[in-house]
Amino acid sequence: MANERTFLLTAVEPVATATWRLRLSGDTTGLCRAGQFVMVSVPGRYLRRPISVCDCEPGLLTLIVKVMGEGTAELVSLAPGTPLQLLCGLGNGFDIEATPRDKEAMIIGGGVGVAPLLLLCKQLREADRHVTAVLGFNTRADIFLERELEAAGADVIVATADGTAGCQGFVTDAIRMCSLKSDYFYACGPRPMLKAVCQQLRQAGEVSTEERMGCGAGICYGCTCQTTDGPKRTCKEGPVFKKEELVW
Amino acid sequence: MVDLSVNLGGIPLDNPIIPASGTCGFGLELNEWYDINILGAISLKGTTREARFGNALPRIAECRQGLINSVGLENPGIEKLLAEKIPALRAIYRKPIIANISGFCVEDFAFCAERAEGCADIDILEANVSCPNVHGGGMALGTDPKVAAEVTRAVKKASSKPVFVKLTPNVTDITAIARACEEAGADGLTVINTLLGMRIDIRTRKPVVAASTGGFSGPAVFPIALRAVWQVARACRIPVMGCGGVSTAEEVIEMMMAGASAVQVGSANLVDPMACKRIIEQLPEVMERLGLKDLKQLKIN
Ligand SMILES: Cc1cc2nc3c(=O)[nH]c(=O)nc-3n(C[C@H](O)[C@H](O)[C@H](O)COP(=O)(O)OP(=O)(O)OC[C@H]3O[C@@H](n4cnc5c(N)ncnc54)[C@H](O)[C@@H]3O)c2cc1C
Ligand SMILES: Cc1cc2nc3c(=O)[nH]c(=O)nc-3n(C[C@H](O)[C@H](O)[C@H](O)COP(=O)(O)O)c2cc1C
Ligand code: FES
Repeated sequence: MANERTFLLTAVEPVATATWRLRLSGDTTGLCRAGQFVMVSVPGRYLRRPISVCDCEPGLLTLIVKVMGEGTAELVSLAPGTPLQLLCGLGNGFDIEATPRDKEAMIIGGGVGVAPLLLLCKQLREADRHVTAVLGFNTRADIFLERELEAAGADVIVATADGTAGCQGFVTDAIRMCSLKSDYFYACGPRPMLKAVCQQLRQAGEVSTEERMGCGAGICYGCTCQTTDGPKRTCKEGPVFKKEELVW
Repeated sequence: MVDLSVNLGGIPLDNPIIPASGTCGFGLELNEWYDINILGAISLKGTTREARFGNALPRIAECRQGLINSVGLENPGIEKLLAEKIPALRAIYRKPIIANISGFCVEDFAFCAERAEGCADIDILEANVSCPNVHGGGMALGTDPKVAAEVTRAVKKASSKPVFVKLTPNVTDITAIARACEEAGADGLTVINTLLGMRIDIRTRKPVVAASTGGFSGPAVFPIALRAVWQVARACRIPVMGCGGVSTAEEVIEMMMAGASAVQVGSANLVDPMACKRIIEQLPEVMERLGLKDLKQLKIN
């Protein structure tokens, strides 16, 4: 159930170039579906910012924020102790059950799109699915969540576009070079990456998409995208869509 | 105890707060956030003769104290509105329903009004001659007094329901359009729709919204909306629904002092889906502070 809640910012820690981990304390009951997002109100900005849930434990919410413009810059400069108004429990989230029991799930992230994979990984592991994580970054200094995903039980493969860490190239190159196999995939990242992943991988899968939002709450239709199943709101029927639903 | 009730051209409302068209979906979307029976009335998303996907993405650009939208009248078409959306809303909602209709020519409006006439659940028709997001039609119909009057006449002819014409601020003299609509038989006016606006992403050198321009709304437009409501209320005798930039109970009262009989809240719902609920809850306190017992006949001295 989507609703508004107040969280307290407890820590802001750098995790990679221009990328920060925000820890928030507050009531997390009923919010912990991987792939869902929150709309964070940022002091001085008119619209809230959509940010994926990176991790969620009772009383503790973790977000990863990459500074892209003024709003995200303001967000990561807030002092611990600042209260934040969040619209919570937004979007459909990933479908854990789509990976058959005891089968292989591949979770693929590009850049800040890696953020929602941590909770996803934990939930897949809890549900006894094997997890391979393929993470794509531009360069070594951009890498984050690699160790956390390993600790959560995933086999982690990193690709960097400049070859400063892991395989050189994109996630699709890493999947090909390492002959990675899976029964189902989940992906989140920039649109060109999502497109390449959907074209290269034969197996079924789902991807989390990004769109500019007005409300994030399903009321303004500012985020409606065309799918093979008709128009859908990215913030409500999405942000996760099945591979075959997407129109590129 | 203060009295929040108002009278909108003969239609009693429990309170003056109405979520504006396009910012509350077809009602059920907003009902996911709170019980919408607390509202004075609701204005549904703009509906056209045929279904529309709307404009390409992105459709939203943030601004200081507001936003630009170029949703472009995404809607399932009038038949689906009548067959599905309104019955679904009526099943959970008891207050007045305002159906917002739009079109590309006078006949489109007449068609929608005629179809809506058969739907007893619609209490008011709001003819949107002010949408800046569709080409050839939309706002073009609301910038010429003669055409606006023609639309009004056509809608009035096709329907016995109270008709409010929703005006655009993107004109030299809004009172000329308002008077033309009044003379053509409008039962009321909604003032204002969005202002035509634009943002450019200076990194990519591209307009932020795919349609290049869109409708600007939010707190920044409040003084413009207030001025327009004041001008129109003085120029016409029919009731005005004030709309534009309202996000607090104080602004509701200010809008009513300018001459509005009821107040629509738009963009505020996007920032806070609970905005209308919050305003309704704050109204009694603000009224008490101002020594107001009710909201009828608020005027400027
Ligand atoms: C479902 C979803 C989940 C997301 N999860 C994360 C996350 O976990 N971590 C993270 O760092 N970023 C995430 N993003 C992207 C993040 O929302 C944008 O980077 C952020 O809104 C940019 O705000 P800004 O003020 O810094 O940039 P500005 O360019 O100044 O923002 C101006 C406006 O454009 C919007 N906007 C700009 N870029 C984007 C974008 N890529 N997507 C959506 N809206 C945008 C802003 O929200 C704002 O309304 C997510 C986006 C979506 C849609
Ligand atoms: C996302 C969005 C969609 C809108 N869609 C419609 C519409 O379909 N029909 C209409 O008459 N007005 C529409 N409007 C205009 C609003 O109803 C309102 O007139 C305008 O936004 C000014 O009020 P505000 O500043 O409170 O938002 C829309 C506004 C927004 C922000
Ligand atoms: S952003 Fe408003 S409906 Fe999705």
